[in-house]
Amino acid sequence: MKLGIVVYEGPYQHEASDTAYNFAVAALQKGHEIFRVFFYHDGVNNGTRLTTPPQDDRHIQQRWSELAEKHGLDLVVCVAAAQRRGIVDEDEKNRHGKDADNIAPGFRISGLGQLIEAGIQCDRLVTFGD
Amino acid sequence: MSDVKKFLYVNRKAPHGTIYAWESLEVVLIGAAFEQDVALAFVDDGVFQLVKGWDTGELGVKNFQPSFTALGDYDVQKVYVEREALEERGLTEGDLIEMTYEDEDDDWAEKSSIRIVSREEMAAIMADSDVILSF
Repeated sequence: MKLGIVVYEGPYQHEASDTAYNFAVAALQKGHEIFRVFFYHDGVNNGTRLTTPPQDDRHIQQRWSELAEKHGLDLVVCVAAAQRRGIVDEDEKNRHGKDADNIAPGFRISGLGQLIEAGIQCDRLVTFGD
Repeated sequence: MSDVKKFLYVNRKAPHGTIYAWESLEVVLIGAAFEQDVALAFVDDGVFQLVKGWDTGELGVKNFQPSFTALGDYDVQKVYVEREALEERGLTEGDLIEMTYEDEDDDWAEKSSIRIVSREEMAAIMADSDVILSF
């Protein structure tokens, strides 16, 4: 089955990103295809590489980045939601004259059209969040 | 066309206090460009999003309610509001903003987009949808 995953909540504050990750791992193990993971609302905060959790805790951002590298996952952060919350890639940094970017490896910033496209293309769109 | 899916945007939360309602509306506005079969549903505290007369001045938050009334221009013709959710909150259809669209099959007559449906009917609408984006 072709799956789209949507994450609405930021890391650590809420379990949504953990559950979405566990769901993604299980789905891949079962042989399903993950078309895209779309991060919206505070979910965009999963995509900053500046995340530094305590060493004895899981590293939510790194886990997503590694899963993306291993399986070629498309991790998309909504640009409008990202701008509000300070998630920045090099293009956004230059466009808005910021002094740094912080997007994590494997994540890319794009528009809400990517969410709609996932809805159209996927057999199931599965949402994690409140 | 076989590539048209039924999208249902389910709005469950009060308009202020969290950003879900506002960013939901942003998805609807962007999604309109994809020419899918779009409907909106308002349940639970989501019905407060359509109560007229917002004044967000003291909240310091932009009043995005006018975007709801503009949805007809984005070809949103179906807005389902759950009757029980209204009743549980002491609201009636008269408390809601007007939302209209122009019916191309009826000489572009202006018609109300809002349809008050029972909880049971809402469940059937959800079951009949291909893609549910729930906010």
